[in-house]
Amino acid sequence: MRVIIVGCGRVGAGLAERFARSGHGVTIIDTNSEAFARLEPDFPGQAVRADGTDEDVLRRVGTQGADLFFALTEGDNRNILAAQLATETFGVQHAVAKVNDPVRAEAYTSLGLATICRTRMLIDALARHGGLPADPGADGVHTPSGRHDAALAGATSAAPARATGREG
Amino acid sequence: MYIIVVGGGRVGYYLTKELLEAGHELVVLEKNTRRANQISDELGSIVLNRDGCEGKYLAEAGANRAKIVAAVTGDDEDNLVVCQMAKHHFEVPRTIARVNNPKNEQLFRHLGVDEVISPTRMALAAIEQDIPVHELLHLAQLSGGEIELLEAQIGADSPALGRRPSDIPLPEGCSLFVLIRGDTVQPMRGETVFQAGDKVLAISRTECAVDLHRELIGDGQAVGSSSLAG
Repeated sequence: MRVIIVGCGRVGAGLAERFARSGHGVTIIDTNSEAFARLEPDFPGQAVRADGTDEDVLRRVGTQGADLFFALTEGDNRNILAAQLATETFGVQHAVAKVNDPVRAEAYTSLGLATICRTRMLIDALARHGGLPADPGADGVHTPSGRHDAALAGATSAAPARATGREG
Repeated sequence: MYIIVVGGGRVGYYLTKELLEAGHELVVLEKNTRRANQISDELGSIVLNRDGCEGKYLAEAGANRAKIVAAVTGDDEDNLVVCQMAKHHFEVPRTIARVNNPKNEQLFRHLGVDEVISPTRMALAAIEQDIPVHELLHLAQLSGGEIELLEAQIGADSPALGRRPSDIPLPEGCSLFVLIRGDTVQPMRGETVFQAGDKVLAISRTECAVDLHRELIGDGQAVGSSSLAG
């Protein structure tokens, strides 16, 4: 698979490593080249210093035809813009935007964008740790069609990530 | 008419000022406290010191009864989100976004923003009126850089207009070989007559590129010097 990740923070870098180590073609983009220090020195993917909310940049890194697109910068709105460029302009089927504002995350999921909301996930995890009942809508990636933790379960070689979820 | 302006930078400030003078009811959302205070000092208590990208602050500002939401911050992504939230969450009839990257215009319209204003595009259009936009494109270098593949666009002021390939005086090291007209690609024929908008692919020795430029594009004097001097 070809995977494009915008934002090389802790999450972006970690995810890029995971996909690249599983044999997938990964391109990670960040405006700040120092962010690439988070990648291992022998990172097998491509790191591109550019603005991932710029249509020309996304075209240049081959967004058209990418199997997965993750927008994981620190800015909710930048992620929303990048992910919508991927889906609307470049026809990417599976694009996920990290949207930490729960209200905006829900609004955009209902508009047709897959989102992941760290705020809601953390609150839920900590609340459960403190013995409160789980928030059923807090976990994983929210897609417009319903919750999916593995949109591409069939396509990924290492799909069983689901098993470590919240069955227990 | 009730209007919400998001972003109290220069554009937002002057927009607000003009709209107030025209007698409209409005509120400005500006997340920077200092900037928000400045505006309310000058224009009165019409400022909400909040981030307009957040749904609950748009609600607080009365987005559900606004006729227009104008997102004029300096960041394209913020303006997009404001307009999308306004449109889809609050059913605001008319949303207006400022964009800096002109490439975002089309996407924003596609995503439902009613009016997309691009100062970059406007400046570009104004400049293009004054400067010949047709240039010789250097597509590739061949034979170690001695020969080049070039593309020339025939403009309305091209000396090649209405002429055939054989009428164009080109030196030995220069050959026109493909014509792109609209969506069609055709080999250069003897009977071809050049029209405005045609693109011509040429192979040329590097030193002959200047001849190609003169014969296909023109030397630019007529258009360039007069308007740039002014």
